[in-house]
Amino acid sequence: MPDVLNFHFEVDGDDFKSAGHASFICKKNLRQLGISPEIIRRVSIAMYEGEINMVIHARGGSADVNVYEDCIEIILADKGPGIKNIKQAMQEGYSTATDNIRSLGFGAGMGLPNMKRYTDYMDIKSTVGEGTTITMKVNFE
Amino acid sequence: MKISAIKDLLEADVVCNEEGLNRHVYSACGSDMMSDVLAFVKDQAVLLTGLVNSQVIRTAEMMDMNCIVFVRSKVPTAEMIELAKDSGIVLLTTTKRMYEACGILFSNGLVSNRVKDA
Repeated sequence: MPDVLNFHFEVDGDDFKSAGHASFICKKNLRQLGISPEIIRRVSIAMYEGEINMVIHARGGSADVNVYEDCIEIILADKGPGIKNIKQAMQEGYSTATDNIRSLGFGAGMGLPNMKRYTDYMDIKSTVGEGTTITMKVNFE
Repeated sequence: MKISAIKDLLEADVVCNEEGLNRHVYSACGSDMMSDVLAFVKDQAVLLTGLVNSQVIRTAEMMDMNCIVFVRSKVPTAEMIELAKDSGIVLLTTTKRMYEACGILFSNGLVSNRVKDA
C-alpha cells in the first residue's frame, strides 16, 4: 500500500454562506502537490457539490480527501436524514430541496449526477434516519 | 475575448480585480442555478448570473473561471468581493438583463460551451 496523504475537513451545517470553504482549502492543498488542473477541478467540483448537499440536507458532516499514488479518494460522511431512493436521487432534475434552497442557486437536482459525472467511481451508502456516506475516486491517468 | 472587451460590450463597471481585465476568456455560461454551471466544464470561462451570494464565487472558483458578470444591476456583497479578491476573479456588474448580456457576447463571437459528457 503506497503512502497516503489525508486532508480532513469538518463541514459546518449551519451556515450556507460558508459552504464550499472545505472544497476551497482542499483545492489549494492539491495545487501545492502539483496535481494537474483538470484532475483538481474534477475533485473540487465533486467535493463542492457534496459539501453543498451536506449543508442543505444533513446539517453538515465530514469530508476526507485521500491522495494515493494512482487516484484521489473523497469520502463524505453525514448523520443526516439519509436518502430514501438512491436511484431516483441520481436522476438529473430530481430534488427534494426547498424553494428557499433553489432561490440560493442550488436544488436543481444536479448535485449527485454532477458528482458522478466528474469522478471515475462513486458509491453511496445511506440509511434513512442514520446518514449517508459517499465515496468517490478520481484516477490519475 | 479579453475581459476588457466584455466590460466594454456590456458597459459594465469593474467591482474588483481590475488588473485581470487583460486576461482572455474562451467561453461563457449564463445561469442563476449553480449546479447547472457546475455541469459544464471549461476553464477560462466567464459566468453571467443574476444570483448574489457567496456560492456564486465558490462555484466560479471550483470551475477555474476568471470572470463573473452580475446582470440586472446586481451588486455583490463585501464578503463576495473578498472571496473574489482571494481567487483573482474579476467581478463586473452591468445594467443589462441576462438575455441581452448573453446575446451581446454571443453575437460578438464568445460562444457557449458543451456540457461535458458523462
